[in-house]
Amino acid sequence: MATVLAVKDLVVNYGAVQALKGITVELGEHDIVAVLGANGAGKTTLLKSISRIQPIKGGSIALKGRDLATVPAFQLAGLGIAHVPEGRHVFATLTTEENLNLGAYGVRNMPAGKELEKTKEWIFSLFPILKERRKQLAGTLSGGEQQMLAIGRGLISKPHVLLLDEPSLGLAPIILQEIFRVIRQIHEEEGVSILLVEQNARKALSVARYGYILELGKIAIEGNACDLRNDEGVRAAYLGGSKVTC
Amino acid sequence: MATFFEQLINGLTIGSFYALVALGYSMVYGVMKLINFAHGDLFALGSYLGYTLLIASSSWVTVHFGLWGGMAIAMLFAFVGIGLAGVLMERIAYRPVYPAGRLSLVVSALGMSIFLQNGIMAIWGSRPQAYPAAVVPSTRFSLLGLPVTTLQVVILLLSFTLMLVIWFIVEKTTFGAAIRATALDRSTATLMGIDVRVVIFFIFALGPALGGIAGVMNGMYYRAISFNMGWTYGLKAFTATILGGIGNIPGAMIGGLLLGLMESLFAGYVSGAWKNVFVFVILIAVLLWRPTGLLGEKTAEKV
Repeated sequence: MATVLAVKDLVVNYGAVQALKGITVELGEHDIVAVLGANGAGKTTLLKSISRIQPIKGGSIALKGRDLATVPAFQLAGLGIAHVPEGRHVFATLTTEENLNLGAYGVRNMPAGKELEKTKEWIFSLFPILKERRKQLAGTLSGGEQQMLAIGRGLISKPHVLLLDEPSLGLAPIILQEIFRVIRQIHEEEGVSILLVEQNARKALSVARYGYILELGKIAIEGNACDLRNDEGVRAAYLGGSKVTC
Repeated sequence: MATFFEQLINGLTIGSFYALVALGYSMVYGVMKLINFAHGDLFALGSYLGYTLLIASSSWVTVHFGLWGGMAIAMLFAFVGIGLAGVLMERIAYRPVYPAGRLSLVVSALGMSIFLQNGIMAIWGSRPQAYPAAVVPSTRFSLLGLPVTTLQVVILLLSFTLMLVIWFIVEKTTFGAAIRATALDRSTATLMGIDVRVVIFFIFALGPALGGIAGVMNGMYYRAISFNMGWTYGLKAFTATILGGIGNIPGAMIGGLLLGLMESLFAGYVSGAWKNVFVFVILIAVLLWRPTGLLGEKTAEKV
């Protein structure tokens, strides 16, 4: 599998605290990789570093072999990386539709005409509720709808790589099912490579091919999703001890 | 009735100066969360730039392009000049202190205000200057039997047009959505592919540039200009911004016009000498009872 996104020996400091202590993560073409771990393990920091909105101390990040060190953060959307941030971060006083339009802002070959409308229709087919809400201010949507909007806003740029940060955060189980159905669908139908950060390890490992488990800024365990699910230690610490078979 | 109408037109005219200056306050505040205290002095500088252009080589511009042509060129000159000054100010006085936090920014803005005031005084002198009568259109005519000047009509039409254009850019275009997104959440805006530096450049160019145009209009209207007028005007436009709701574009327009009207009617019917007191009583009253302004903050955050 060709590597699309390669993170190598990444080190990130917050003042005197080392948040990431040299981690290496790879995401292939047409791939889903899960990054798991407890709060404060460094998962969100990893995604922010890839998007370059978090300055890094050491290591490298490359997209299809191109080192991103000199690329300004705002150009990444145009290069095919979309980041759906933790806590959704929809623009509350903008409408649903304006939020979606902004998702395509950095993509130069997506003129505000037909192509954008077509992509928007595709987003609406993934999340029909967004179509009903298109004129509504994003801040008035429910938590689940905001998460759908955040994902839609990421997908509208037709990214090669989707960075998904805690899409399950604070969602009702039924919405969670829907979100993961869409994650699976965009991966299978559109071939989007997804780097999925989750606390819900069971859910994440059910869609991922490969997984990394972060502990205090280091990769504690990595392996195929199946092997992780069968690993005694992982099961005890992250899957509530229950038996999950592949 | 004639007095009322006169005060009404006068109020709308000065209200449109306030509104244009208030727009700049509001745009900069919206994106930077900075009250740019030097904004009123940029307005004064615009007044002086227009003045200098018009009196340079004994009204050459007016002689060649006519009264209205001269006025248009003076406004364009102030628009571009003050736009540049705004961008320069951000580079020199604000950008280096961003990491130091908002308080340092405000202090830097106050310093910039003092610098500009003294700079104007050093160049043009401490005594008030006057736009010469020869460069100011002064045709009077009667509208429905009431006296108005063509200058008032042109000022009103132009201000309303400018306000509409700004409203359209900010509320209806994709770039405008990018500005609003940047105001709400900079790092997420960056994730969308928005170059925040371009947005900051734009607001620090356009906001002050509008003030520059208002400065020339003000010079044409009152004729007399002074180096320290930016302070009072700045405070009044700031009052207008607060009155309409800071960070809110239509609010700045409505706040400016309303403040101009109230000030003018107060001056006409109660006391001209106390009008500034009246304006700042309004500021205090709004801050006490409705700090989010008339249009309030658009809040859509789920609790």
